[in-house]
Amino acid sequence: MKPFEYVRVNDLISAAGALDEKSEIIAGGTNLLDLMKLQVMAPDKVVDITRIPGLDKIEPKGEGLRIGTLVKNADLAADPRIRTGYPVLSRALLAGASGQIRNKATTGGNLLQRTRCPYFYDPEMACNKREPGAGCSAKGGVSRMLAILGTSEDCRAAHPSDMAVALRALNAMIEIRRKNGDTYQLAMDDFYRLPGDRPDIETNLKDGEIITAVILPRPVIGVQSYRKIRDRASYAFALVSVAAVATVEHGLIQNASVAFGGIGARPWADLDVNAFLNGKEPSAELFGEAADLLLTAAITDEGNAFKTTMTRRALIAVMSEVTGLREASVGSDRVGEIA
Amino acid sequence: MNKHLKMDAPQPRVLDETRQGILGKGISRTEGPKKVSGSATYAGDNHPDGMAHGVLLRAGITKGKVTGFDESAAQKIDGYVGLFHGPKFIRNNAQGMADEAPVQPDCEVHYHSQPIGLVVAETFEAARDAALAIKVSYDEEGALVDPKSAPQEDQGGPDVGDLEADMGRADVTVDEIYTTEAQVSAAMELHGSVAQWNDGKLLLQSSLQMLKFNRNEIADSLGIDPENVRILAPYVGGGFGSKLGIGADAVSAAIAARDLGRPVRVIMPRQTVFDAVLRRTETEQRVRLGARSDGTITSIGHDDLVSNLEGEGFAEPTSQASQFLYAAPNRKMQQTVSRNHRTPSGSVRAPGEAVGMLGLEVAMDELAERLGMCPVKLRLQNVPERDPDSGVPFTAHSLTEALKRGAQEFGWKDRKANGARREGEWLIGMGVASAARKNMLLPAKARVTLDGDKAVVETDMTDIGTGSYTIFAQITAEALGLPIENVEVRLADTDYPEASGSGGSFGASSTGSAVFLACQSIREEIAAKCGANDFTLKDGQVTAGGKTTALSDLLDAPLSAVGEIEKGQTSEDHLSSGFGAHFAEVAVNEVSGEVRVRRMLGVFGAGRILNEKTAKSQLVGGMIWGIGAALTEEAAHDPRTGHIITRDLANYHVASHADVPEQIDTILLEERDDYANPIQAKGVGELGISGAGAAVLNAIYNACGVRVRSFPATPDKVMAGLDAM
Amino acid sequence: MTVNGEERSLDLDPRTSLLDALRDDLRLTGTKKGCDHGQCGACTVLVNGRRINSCLTLAAMHDGDEITTIEGLGAEDNLNELQAAFVECDGFQCGYCTPGQIMSATGMLNEAAEGMPSHVSADLNDGVDLSDAEIAERMSGNLCRCSAYPFIRKAISSVATKEAAE
Ligand SMILES: Cc1cc2nc3c(=O)[nH]c(=O)nc-3n(C[C@H](O)[C@H](O)[C@H](O)COP(=O)(O)OP(=O)(O)OC[C@H]3O[C@@H](n4cnc5c(N)ncnc54)[C@H](O)[C@@H]3O)c2cc1C
Ligand code: FES
Ligand code: FES
Repeated sequence: MKPFEYVRVNDLISAAGALDEKSEIIAGGTNLLDLMKLQVMAPDKVVDITRIPGLDKIEPKGEGLRIGTLVKNADLAADPRIRTGYPVLSRALLAGASGQIRNKATTGGNLLQRTRCPYFYDPEMACNKREPGAGCSAKGGVSRMLAILGTSEDCRAAHPSDMAVALRALNAMIEIRRKNGDTYQLAMDDFYRLPGDRPDIETNLKDGEIITAVILPRPVIGVQSYRKIRDRASYAFALVSVAAVATVEHGLIQNASVAFGGIGARPWADLDVNAFLNGKEPSAELFGEAADLLLTAAITDEGNAFKTTMTRRALIAVMSEVTGLREASVGSDRVGEIA
Repeated sequence: MNKHLKMDAPQPRVLDETRQGILGKGISRTEGPKKVSGSATYAGDNHPDGMAHGVLLRAGITKGKVTGFDESAAQKIDGYVGLFHGPKFIRNNAQGMADEAPVQPDCEVHYHSQPIGLVVAETFEAARDAALAIKVSYDEEGALVDPKSAPQEDQGGPDVGDLEADMGRADVTVDEIYTTEAQVSAAMELHGSVAQWNDGKLLLQSSLQMLKFNRNEIADSLGIDPENVRILAPYVGGGFGSKLGIGADAVSAAIAARDLGRPVRVIMPRQTVFDAVLRRTETEQRVRLGARSDGTITSIGHDDLVSNLEGEGFAEPTSQASQFLYAAPNRKMQQTVSRNHRTPSGSVRAPGEAVGMLGLEVAMDELAERLGMCPVKLRLQNVPERDPDSGVPFTAHSLTEALKRGAQEFGWKDRKANGARREGEWLIGMGVASAARKNMLLPAKARVTLDGDKAVVETDMTDIGTGSYTIFAQITAEALGLPIENVEVRLADTDYPEASGSGGSFGASSTGSAVFLACQSIREEIAAKCGANDFTLKDGQVTAGGKTTALSDLLDAPLSAVGEIEKGQTSEDHLSSGFGAHFAEVAVNEVSGEVRVRRMLGVFGAGRILNEKTAKSQLVGGMIWGIGAALTEEAAHDPRTGHIITRDLANYHVASHADVPEQIDTILLEERDDYANPIQAKGVGELGISGAGAAVLNAIYNACGVRVRSFPATPDKVMAGLDAM
Repeated sequence: MTVNGEERSLDLDPRTSLLDALRDDLRLTGTKKGCDHGQCGACTVLVNGRRINSCLTLAAMHDGDEITTIEGLGAEDNLNELQAAFVECDGFQCGYCTPGQIMSATGMLNEAAEGMPSHVSADLNDGVDLSDAEIAERMSGNLCRCSAYPFIRKAISSVATKEAAE
């Protein structure tokens, strides 16, 4: 870890004032410090926003909720409004990391956690994300944890978050404060950039901008489900994960929204897949076709080719539970009409 | 007043005659309160005054020479002290019982991330930063890192009868390739050392398993007299083979501390432990079994390909158990070692059996399937009368009993046809495997001093979680008739008599025997004092000829004796091994191929059990390692550099709480091994892992009909089988 | 900050993790380092009553916080109930992960008492029944290579049951 200046701020104005291109915000610190110890990240200044009052609240907003950026992953998962209205989010959070980490990790930090690509994590290995133009040693390397969708020649890293996958399925918006104090919202697909030839630039967040909250729209009635497939029973990142919400009305699928983890360069959703599902009668064949649609663009190698089959099987299973074709298992929860 | 025993003949069961009644009891660990309160001190907890901090530098190439270090950026770092490197630095940990310096490659690099120097600074933060600030230049050479294409050495192996011919004749055969990936010990305590010099003498507090060897290894590395080295390791946070020999932390700390004239601490970061501590090799195993249709095995072949770096004498003895577990007239086991530039390999818990029995015991399951026979019955039918290779008799041998007892207790008869049991999307199945781990006796010494009714045990034996503190107290209390609280056990100081060290599951029985012999000597002395050969010792009192005297009254001066054991004729004319049977029930997710172990039972015959509680803990620990080997553990190597890619605990998956079921039970069979040692005990630390993973893998097959032959059986592999069905 | 009820003030390099500050500056070495990256749980401590990995936080960020380490639970000759249960159930072998397991279990029991669900809870809203599977999932951030897992959970469960009865 390189020496840095530690600055604690007590309000957003001084936070924005303290930020420049060589500084990083620290929230839970569970990702930033992990990477700073390895000098994968080496900011000159670390701006501690954890004492800014008010950012750790979950409050109603329109028909939905506004989740402050400093809300801890553990508290978010346990919040009664989330558990009843957005259980897929609770499930995704609870499937991630460990009890200790969830007690520290924050909403904003979780969204911005960086890839777990082992080549990114090791400064002895070339990585375009760490050092633009250095090359990608993941290509031709061990690819089990790498993405198969949205990747580029220069980067095959997967986004590791579970929470963000559920948020993507829930069509959450990210609230951002500009340096000048205005706030605006971005949909998640507009927030995360695909790697292209600049995998080091991961989001459209600009210098001096701060995530202040995540906004959830009104709950989707029906069964919500999160399924995470991983190499050990707990405390492991996803090989493949699927978050899905949908309503079934008169035997037809409505409001289908499916997102994927472990396979995409960002928390992955495919609007064509959602559109393909809507208005149709649920069946395993239908879900299989949706998977085919999703995976046509997949680029795999020997080490991660299994992810296409695994995604397909997971998608069929999850959608079968969400649409009532199959009995709900642990990970699927029903959201009723909210009074 | 010493007592020396060479095991040339079976020994009487003295400890069955003594009266204290403490040996074997499942008493709680005597050092437990220290461990649960944080007051047990491990190597890295030491912090002598004036201590500087060292961080190891790693090579950024796989093979070649270091041509220079550029310290200029590091020198600008506040608190930077200096860089140490040179011909005394070691390439990797010493192999178990090496007793001499490991390879000292000077400026040569033989594997990626090899430690090549030590950066020292005033604080840990500065040292960590400085280590990354040093620019190293190299002359790089091409390296071979693929075990298949690197040069191979034929190591030979047993070849009896005519395996090929018999395989051609046999009614039913299995001829399959099984592979295992590299694994690591991953002891929770990071490898670390604190070195300080005083008057030309080195005091080393280090995380090590076998101090008498370690002392010679460090002395040889530094070129000093072993007399000038003292090592302390009162608490060691797990070893599992990885701390058998000294490592780069110890040597570099000693070099820097001597040069600087102040104490230096070097603790390897977790990633360095992966990079530079001996791993378990990957294996490719060809197992061949031939049988008559009645289930009599006539051929056993077990060939293996393993790797290690040039200059390392160790080769994973993959077929060790296959050589004596089952009878068969035709036997061939051929080992090949690939000499490549991956992190060198060495002993990891149960070297040989831990991976070899995955191959053998899954092949046995395949044979049973092809014979249409119950896998328990197939094993029972082929238990040998004598060691099939040498023809010598076994000592206590409990395989048959373990299989029978286990089948009954586990409810084996309820096992269904493949794929026939389902709960929701989970398919449930059962599997079985035999357990075997050869028993060893190593030379060991221990001193016991009895002062009135209080005894002190001293030996340089370590307790790496194995229970040495507790069981030596129990042996002494039992043999001398003392309340356990009256026995103090002092361990892991090279100033004490030289023990076996902890490794190969021989620690408790070897050093425990030395403790017992010291007590025996004291008992003889007591007998002489009471003038009676027939006496009993209990609760600090001696009873002879109807008269009871307090030991404190009988003894006017402390009695002290050193006990010493070594192996003898009994290990030539007998084969001593622990045996057992593993049963597992698993659930396979039909969507994802994820596997959950639902319950496990291990039944073991391991001689006299010295402490039921700690023995069970170790056996269960081994069984859980079996779960890891079967399902999750894989050190993946980069195909170009050979570098370990899964080099932290997030990417290398040891079993977590959630991978381990509540029901994981053991049954310890009543057994005494009179030929093994005078306390009739055998090793337990490694028996639990031997075969355990195979029971899990066989249960997967029974659950869903998917036979995975490349281990670990991660979800993708099981799913691929399900998808193909 | 307050450590185990005692006011401590430290002048540190901003880079110092809470773990290194505890171990090297306050010489409270009961808290262990097994990975330094949040991957093992050996460094678990309570901050204001909640369990965290002390390796993944800066000491400087805990100005004014209340830290509890293993030394704050009970000394060798005065073990608390959970520590004693670990000894009785043989919830450790080498003992290295143990302080982390015990601190984590302490925090976990608080979380369960607050009704926090887990990944294996069948119903997110139905309260917490600390079955073995629940304890296992909630404790999965604490690796134990000696693999004392079943015995660790027995120890925790014995205390949880007692607490529930009270
Ligand atoms: C061992 C381990 C296992 C894990 N397993 C999982 C898992 O299974 N699933 C999973 O999803 N995650 C997992 N994680 C990752 C974990 O979820 C993240 O580390 C955590 O969510 C990051 O949150 P934080 O608040 O600690 O972020 P920090 O480390 O504080 O910050 C991360 C990044 O976000 C930036 N940032 C933070 N807040 C803001 C803000 N308000 N505005 C702008 N920028 C901001 C920081 O500058 C930094 O670059 C694991 C982590 C570890 C260490
Ligand atoms: S040392 Fe903090 S989690 Fe491992
Ligand atoms: S007791 Fe050794 S790691 Fe847990």
